[in-house]
Amino acid sequence: MSVQAPTRAAATESCARAPVGLLAELTHRCPLQCPYCSNPLALERAAGELPTEAWLDVLAQAADLGILQLHLSGGEPTVRRDLEDIVAQAAKVGLYSNLITSAVTLTRERLERLAARGLDHVQISIQDADAINADRIARYQDGHGKKLEVAGWVRALGMPLTINAPIHRQNVASLPAIIELATSLGAQRLEVAHVQYYGWALQNRQALMPTRAQVLASAELVEAARERLKGILVIDFVVPDYYARRPKPCMGGWGRGIMNVTPSGKVLPCHAAETITGLVFDNVRERRLRDIWLASDAFQAFRGTAWMREPCRSCDLREVDWGGCRCQAFAFAGAAAEADPACDKSSLHAAFTRVAETEAATPATAFVYRKPGGSAPARGTIGAD
Amino acid sequence: MSGVEQPRRTIIGASSAPALPRHIKLRHDAARDRWMILAPERVFTPDAVAIAVLKLCDGARTVDQIAGELAQAYNAPEETILGDIIAMLQGLADKGVVVV
Repeated sequence: MSVQAPTRAAATESCARAPVGLLAELTHRCPLQCPYCSNPLALERAAGELPTEAWLDVLAQAADLGILQLHLSGGEPTVRRDLEDIVAQAAKVGLYSNLITSAVTLTRERLERLAARGLDHVQISIQDADAINADRIARYQDGHGKKLEVAGWVRALGMPLTINAPIHRQNVASLPAIIELATSLGAQRLEVAHVQYYGWALQNRQALMPTRAQVLASAELVEAARERLKGILVIDFVVPDYYARRPKPCMGGWGRGIMNVTPSGKVLPCHAAETITGLVFDNVRERRLRDIWLASDAFQAFRGTAWMREPCRSCDLREVDWGGCRCQAFAFAGAAAEADPACDKSSLHAAFTRVAETEAATPATAFVYRKPGGSAPARGTIGAD
Repeated sequence: MSGVEQPRRTIIGASSAPALPRHIKLRHDAARDRWMILAPERVFTPDAVAIAVLKLCDGARTVDQIAGELAQAYNAPEETILGDIIAMLQGLADKGVVVV
């Protein structure tokens, strides 16, 4: 007898054709300004956001399509005043709801209302275990303390809690304290997520990139903590692929399991897909979710293996990692159908790794903080702000 | 954070009375015609035996009793089933899918 994650189970035709997760980016508005934000540099304004009814319809369509998990994200999803109605709709149509929040705008009363409307799980991000550094990275005063308070409310309400900690050169030394903090908060899950270099993180890569030694040390720390905290804290570990030999199976494969709806209703195979110029994305205002999933140009573009060039096309691992990340291939190799440079079979792999090694070896430049206004935001400072 | 009890590892034994916590959902998925366990950031696909066990995890029955019921239903030796079930439930407890 066994219980397996479905990714490892034999995928039936119906299973392969139905997405598992919907990442609903309700808004790009956020009180924090984290320099590694995965949102695009061109942030959507409030006026361009989908109205409540459109989101309720998207969730009904998602459940009908076979989606099981709903990730309510942003930006900061709690800035939407209709979040309660969206959560209630998720419960009604049978989607497992996960609130991905910075927590700084939540009140206890609102959290209680969300729980009462059927919210299943809360994920709170932290920027460090050290409050001063955490607030400097998020550029939000007293944010860290507020997060800890909200985490306590989540547990007091009997809800499951995940702590998400994006890791980079300016907080990697705090990893033992971060693991300790997640445990003391009563979290069941901790995501130790080395920053992935897209969007704002790519803009800030030099200021964020850890050394190879730091990455290896963090992996060893996580491995030891997993053993020590077995049955108490599940730790998911995301490595930065600049130091990898094989690429990550990005999104579990393009158009294989995940759909992402942006604040304005565009439907993407991954949250960074808009960086690939030339792809056209359908909008839920104009096309049904099922039709977009099955037939849209953007989802078909890199689905399966037929689009692959060498070295991917003849690689034994092509249905393991699905060629890695299309956005990274586009950004580094200039074409999304090229091999992900994170793979050591890519002709660009050595150059790719050298970028990380060089950047990590030089003193960090100032953060470009995430804020509306696109690619020319005000520059931050290093050290206490 | 006062008042929040520090979590400890759940250990499953023959006298444990396992249950699924409120936030874990064992659900039949119509789109795929199979049973799914929905958990935070996880979806598990239990096999037929795991489903049979989980359906009996009501917080009242002990693991001993569950093994007895399944031994009858599957006409199998109870000791073997008991050992298998404890191992399976311990694995699920370590994933946060069952509590006692």
